[in-house]
Amino acid sequence: MSTTLADEKARTEALKKIEAEKPRLEFGGAWEYAPAPESKDHVRLEKRYGLFVGGEFVAPRSKKYFETINPATEEVLAEVAEGNAADIDAAVRAAEEAYEKRWRKLSPAQRGKYIYRIARLLQEKSRELAVLESMNGGKPIKESRDVDVPLAVAHFFYHAGWSDKLDYAFPRHRVSPIGVCGQIIPWNFPLLMAAWKIAPALACGNTIVLKPAETTPLTSLHLAKICQEADLPPGVVNIVPGAGETGAHLVNHPRVRKIAFTGSTDVGKIIQRSIAGTAKRLTLELGGKAANIIFEDAPLDQAVEGIINGIYFNQGHVCCAGSRLLVQESVATAVLGKLSDRIATLRLGDPLDKNTDVGAINSKMQLEKIRELVACGVEEGAEIHQSACAIPSRGFWFPPTFFTGVAQSHRIAREEIFGPVLAVMTFRTPEEAVEKANNIPYGLSAGVWTDKGSKIFQITSKMKAGVIWANTFNKFDPSSPFGGYKESGFGREGGVHGLRAYVELS
Amino acid sequence: MLDRPRDSALEVRKTYKLYVGGEFIRTESGRYDPVYAAARPGKGRSASAQRRAPSAQRLSAGAQRPLLANISRGSRKDLREAVRKARAAQPGWASKSAYLKGQILYRMAEMLEGRAPSLAKLLKESHGLSPAAAQREVRATIDRLVHYAGWSDKYGAILGTVNPVASSYFDFSVPEPVGVVGIVAPETPDLLGLVSHLAPVVVSGNAAVVLLSETFPLPALEFAEVLATSDLPGGVANLLSGHKEELVPHLARHMDVLAIADAGGDAALSKTIASDAAVNVKRVKRYDVSDYFAEKAQGLDFIEAFTEIKTTWHPIGV
Amino acid sequence: MSAVLSLDLARVPTVDQVGIDERAASLAKRSIKTTAKRAGIRLAMSMLDLTTLEGKDSEGKVRQLCQKAIRPMPGDATIPHVAAVCVYPNLVSVAKEVLAGSGVKVASVATGFPAGLVPLPVKIEDTRQAVAMGADEIDMVIDRGAFLAGDYDRVFEEIVAVKDACGPARLKVILETGELETYDNVRRASHLAMGAGADFIKTSTGKIQPAATPSVVLVMLEAIRDHYLETGRRVGMKPAGGIRTSKQALHLLVLVKETLGDAWLTPDLFRIGASTVANDLLMQLVKETTGRYQNEDYFTKD
Repeated sequence: MSTTLADEKARTEALKKIEAEKPRLEFGGAWEYAPAPESKDHVRLEKRYGLFVGGEFVAPRSKKYFETINPATEEVLAEVAEGNAADIDAAVRAAEEAYEKRWRKLSPAQRGKYIYRIARLLQEKSRELAVLESMNGGKPIKESRDVDVPLAVAHFFYHAGWSDKLDYAFPRHRVSPIGVCGQIIPWNFPLLMAAWKIAPALACGNTIVLKPAETTPLTSLHLAKICQEADLPPGVVNIVPGAGETGAHLVNHPRVRKIAFTGSTDVGKIIQRSIAGTAKRLTLELGGKAANIIFEDAPLDQAVEGIINGIYFNQGHVCCAGSRLLVQESVATAVLGKLSDRIATLRLGDPLDKNTDVGAINSKMQLEKIRELVACGVEEGAEIHQSACAIPSRGFWFPPTFFTGVAQSHRIAREEIFGPVLAVMTFRTPEEAVEKANNIPYGLSAGVWTDKGSKIFQITSKMKAGVIWANTFNKFDPSSPFGGYKESGFGREGGVHGLRAYVELS
Repeated sequence: MLDRPRDSALEVRKTYKLYVGGEFIRTESGRYDPVYAAARPGKGRSASAQRRAPSAQRLSAGAQRPLLANISRGSRKDLREAVRKARAAQPGWASKSAYLKGQILYRMAEMLEGRAPSLAKLLKESHGLSPAAAQREVRATIDRLVHYAGWSDKYGAILGTVNPVASSYFDFSVPEPVGVVGIVAPETPDLLGLVSHLAPVVVSGNAAVVLLSETFPLPALEFAEVLATSDLPGGVANLLSGHKEELVPHLARHMDVLAIADAGGDAALSKTIASDAAVNVKRVKRYDVSDYFAEKAQGLDFIEAFTEIKTTWHPIGV
Repeated sequence: MSAVLSLDLARVPTVDQVGIDERAASLAKRSIKTTAKRAGIRLAMSMLDLTTLEGKDSEGKVRQLCQKAIRPMPGDATIPHVAAVCVYPNLVSVAKEVLAGSGVKVASVATGFPAGLVPLPVKIEDTRQAVAMGADEIDMVIDRGAFLAGDYDRVFEEIVAVKDACGPARLKVILETGELETYDNVRRASHLAMGAGADFIKTSTGKIQPAATPSVVLVMLEAIRDHYLETGRRVGMKPAGGIRTSKQALHLLVLVKETLGDAWLTPDLFRIGASTVANDLLMQLVKETTGRYQNEDYFTKD
């Protein structure tokens, strides 16, 4: 039956009317929350930070300092020393001396007690560190206060207890430390990543030179102060801030015996190449593009929370972020409807406001990367949906976003965006979901949502990912090993398995 | 002007009570036993001193051996009450996260560190130990607490397993606490010995009812103050002073006590325990630790003895 | 079970307990300060169903409670009156008389409150009489025994019958979530009650614990949301039992705001069943305006 133009017009009008009259939830201004700023008066910020080498804060041999800012306001917080090759060398020498003369001479139990002290001091200074983390990195105070700092504390407590129990972790082996470890950490969880690296290394008897990320040096430097307060023997932990070059000096230093790196896959590959042919040990924790799989028999409202936690937590600056949503077609409309409504209640703004859910993007550079990939997504034909939240005029911000109509071959479905951007695809059967989920070079994490237990175990047994969350997402614990398959890196952090990287067995 | 005596210099002497359900209580029986200072100060503990019959110590009162304290002689009703409190407290304690349990044991170490001088003094007075020996025992006790604090979130990973069964099932085994565990503490070393058995029992989520050293009960009773100030929920650890011969059978026959750590070092009592325990198939572990200061006196085995392994099967399939 | 009912109930999503507890806890972190706190307190006050449901309730007690309902703070006419007074049927006429012209509604429990284990004809007569005596709203209880035994048809039909007996009065259906225990049950019961015509779904009778926990409230709000998006009909929600502090009341408003949005932030669609919380709301309001922590003796206990 042919339709006339008038018929078509009438049909479109009728559909519009139906759409307009569909029940809609309004999340508007009825009962607005007032500003609820976390106080920052008690944060003791220095104007200028030196390097932390040999137990003291020292001026850099490079004579160079760089500014570190608050990405929500673009204001300068402090000047921080930038380490060059000579500074790295001094730090390695301090770590070596500390290793030979002090650290390896202590009984394991005494070593553990130092680490317990650090844990306790971190607890005592929790609030200050949380505020500082939000100021320097842009993440909401709600997260730094309730996730980053408590987990960092827990890592020190957990690993302190391993110091004198390593022979249980490696039965029938003689367990020894490696020596000086070089550690390079990213800007998305600065203090927590420092804890993930330092705690196990110390527990196993090693000494450390750590390079914090270029944009977020402050909490690592405050951790250095805590090491001083704990009377940690000088040189056991050394902190040398700087950028990529500083990190390269550390990686290439001939007397660093082990490298631990968390960051992008590209840089991870560079590091792997750099140390080829040397006897250096290496662990890498790189990028990801995790699939969050929602089946029709999932507890749907909690699954939607899982999507939100998966990709909007920490503005999506999470290597294990659930950046791909694979939703079973039969519930796709319902899930996406709930997702749209849920995004409307996410509050973007001042990271120090206790009601903020989405904070600032960590740097201008990262913001540009996100914008580029999002533009690409639109160009490739995916449909964009964005929160209509107000964006502050200063600082770096990106609203929570998701794309529908995404194909497996789109760049936004394969490349890590590292921002609050979700790519949505549908599937019909469990086989199809697993296939799509595994069909990428990464393999860090995944999420599975279903009410059926046997399905969970089936799916998890087939996923090529190092961490799988069933009916939850982004859960971390110092006793639970974390790390990736394939190009997401190798080695594990946390748990018994995480100790392996920091010991020599014979 | 009258010459006022300086009465503020008069010491307020401590009353030592039982520690049950998180509270310090006197025995319901009203009975007491005097505890005197050590016979020969500076001589330290000899093996014979360790095995001296309890009555001998108490009878030899005299001017040279000052009275340290009158302590409660715990009764079977006190024991019954302690088991009841332990039973009530145990599920809540077991359900606390391993992290929190570890923090609480670490807190015990912190509290003991703060009380080190007064515990050392008691050890000296009770045993006639040298200051160095007393210090050594307190330090070793603190370290033992730190050691077990560090086990709370690790023993599960080592004792637990995922089992490669031959059929399509996810099959896993985890250690769980037993429930209420009775502990017969060694006569000496009374502080280190107590903690060497108490800490590994509670770290896995059990609740304990302890029959303290009969000859040297004071340091342990003072240690109860460390328990009380360390956020350990009331009822998880219960310390009873009294006559072991009187109390052991009631402990061994109690239907609500599911296991016993027998470190009493008394062959006759051990036989009673072993035989009476059969009434409800209690798990009994007898300890004969020659040197509580040695590394062998701590470790995973002490925890494992009071855990049950639970194995669960779950199908793998869509 | 009727085919339609079984099909509907099969489509109700399950609830993950850990997930919902985390969401409720996360919403509890909302920090309500200054202007938002003052506005919230006033809003909560206007949503109260001041309740007295004791065997020893008398005319005198109810008169005094009604006075409080009309003027919660003596000497301050800017504090809004509460939404309703909730009483047993025998006290409805008294309440009606005192509250006449004030804007405060009269709600009556009925259907053999709180156990609800009386024959249906008795439940219906209970309802009819309460309405005849002047109740604007009826708070009924569902048959939990029947629900837990899987007799959903019976539960459904009873609600339909009571709704019919209500005539012009609005019906609140009490699920007694503490007895249903699981969140899955609460969610299913919510859909069942709404399908049968409830104007409000209510957590508890207030006679047992646990009552209106944040998680259970959230489960019910999510059910209301699904029902609205599917049918276009807005059903109200009433948490009752165990709500004693302003903090709890404000937390409830947060749950509503972030789950259902603006439309539900009104006494027409959200009520708080409580009584002692009124004074804590007033104390907090005075503290916000004067900056001083308050003393209970300065607020009337009616």
